[in-house]
Amino acid sequence: MIFKRHQLIERNSLFMLLGILVVVSIGGIVQIAPLFRVEQTIEKVDGVRPYTPLELAGRGIYIREGCYTCHSQMIRPLRDEIERYGHYSLAAESMYDHPFQWGSKRTGPDLARVGGKYSDAWHVQHLINPRSVVPESIMPPYAFLEGRPIGIKDKIDKHIIANVRVGVPYTQAEIDNAKVDLIAQADPTADSEGLQQRYGGKVNVRDFDGDPTQVTEMDALVAYLQVLGTMVDFNTYEPEKAQNLR
Amino acid sequence: MTKPTSNDAQAKDTVSEVETTGHNWDGITELNNPLPRWWVLTFYGTIIWAIGYCILMPAWPTITGHTKGLLGASDRHDVGVAVRALEASRAPMLTKLHATPLQNVAADKELSQFAQEAGRVIFAQNCSTCHGAGGQGAKGYPSLVDDVWLWDGSLQGIRTTLEYGIRTDHPNTRFNQMPAYGRDKLLEPAQIRDVTNYVLSLASMPSDQAAAARGAAIYTTNCVACHGPDGKGDMTLGAPNLTDKEWLYGGTPVEIEQQIYLGRGGVMPTMSQRLDPASLDAVTIYVHSLGGGT
Repeated sequence: MIFKRHQLIERNSLFMLLGILVVVSIGGIVQIAPLFRVEQTIEKVDGVRPYTPLELAGRGIYIREGCYTCHSQMIRPLRDEIERYGHYSLAAESMYDHPFQWGSKRTGPDLARVGGKYSDAWHVQHLINPRSVVPESIMPPYAFLEGRPIGIKDKIDKHIIANVRVGVPYTQAEIDNAKVDLIAQADPTADSEGLQQRYGGKVNVRDFDGDPTQVTEMDALVAYLQVLGTMVDFNTYEPEKAQNLR
Repeated sequence: MTKPTSNDAQAKDTVSEVETTGHNWDGITELNNPLPRWWVLTFYGTIIWAIGYCILMPAWPTITGHTKGLLGASDRHDVGVAVRALEASRAPMLTKLHATPLQNVAADKELSQFAQEAGRVIFAQNCSTCHGAGGQGAKGYPSLVDDVWLWDGSLQGIRTTLEYGIRTDHPNTRFNQMPAYGRDKLLEPAQIRDVTNYVLSLASMPSDQAAAARGAAIYTTNCVACHGPDGKGDMTLGAPNLTDKEWLYGGTPVEIEQQIYLGRGGVMPTMSQRLDPASLDAVTIYVHSLGGGT
């Protein structure tokens, strides 16, 4: 009688042990094995590049300030989300994120495609005092970012090397010029030709925070926000091609 | 303490006549009631469900991909269908809207109402963060509800601003740049104060007459080219009218002085990068209805 057979396992610890081993192995295979093939889940797209040093520093500030606790970066494939935020997020868009910033809670809006949606000045004013532009906002102010030098500036190449170790394809030239590139992206008087050569002509080069005299954490964070979701070239991406369906 | 014994598993409790586990702790025995039948059936049911699910739905990773399942379900395909259905339901009106010259939309009541409604929703999602929920604007972000327009406030003018943006990377962007007279040391602080007083006098606001007189000469050298000799501005250049008492960066003497010092100019994003042409038409109609010029 099938309803009593479990006694066999429950009364013999060796059977129990073997049973546990089988079940845990299945769980392990299901969870671990796909990670070795994770590359094949990433769509082939044009345009996604590693973050510039300034964007990477901004990303660090985003994580440091815990922005991910209230903002997701993951537009789900649901009609109403696409209506509000734009094309659903692709795996390719966070393949150079270590760790990714998908988040799991939206106290504020999703930021996966916030890049280019607002002006730099809006971002700066909003970060300094969110309620000055969005009266109903409950976001805390981040005014201290203004005028504050980027702490990681002199070690940004180390940060890039750490990213290389987990698989982000930065070139040696990008590592060597990390600090120069970081400053060049936000300093209107600096020569940004090398930066654009290394990271592509689409890279945003301008004074982000309205203070051209120095490169600040505000510059870095706004540079990061302004690139979010703007990299993929959707003109060449076919969302319903068999290999892109999920 | 009595040692638990386990070799008399078939022993039965004398009161309930239920089989015991055979464990005996100081005379206390444990009934070996079976799990409720419904629970066991549900448990086996979930296992069968899981097998069925694995066969019908995408489930297991393979070397080159994953099993697709007999139903061929795909969220990305489904959402594509849903979005296309939505677009198809809007298409007749949007196509008609885009085919109709903007100034003729008002004559078609149904089309005009559609454009208003669509424009209102698009505005709420894309524009209200800067220009305010009702288009009232904020310091640095122009009000859209008054009759004052920096650039062209006509239907076509609003459409152009939306399509290309202001001070963006787009080659057709509207562009101007007020010099930062203070920060870039083009004028001395005292000169900036004088020209501030002259600007106040242009707007018929209280000002220091002597300073304004000194400022007039500075204005003639530095500001006339864009703002005009009478301070009325020039819409083709996006140069604000200084006489209308509408101030983008605030109208107190200190705020006017700050603006001359910093020469700020905002960025209006290139909305054609986010919205399709018909949506731009809809939001143009909506914004024009808030307080458009002729």
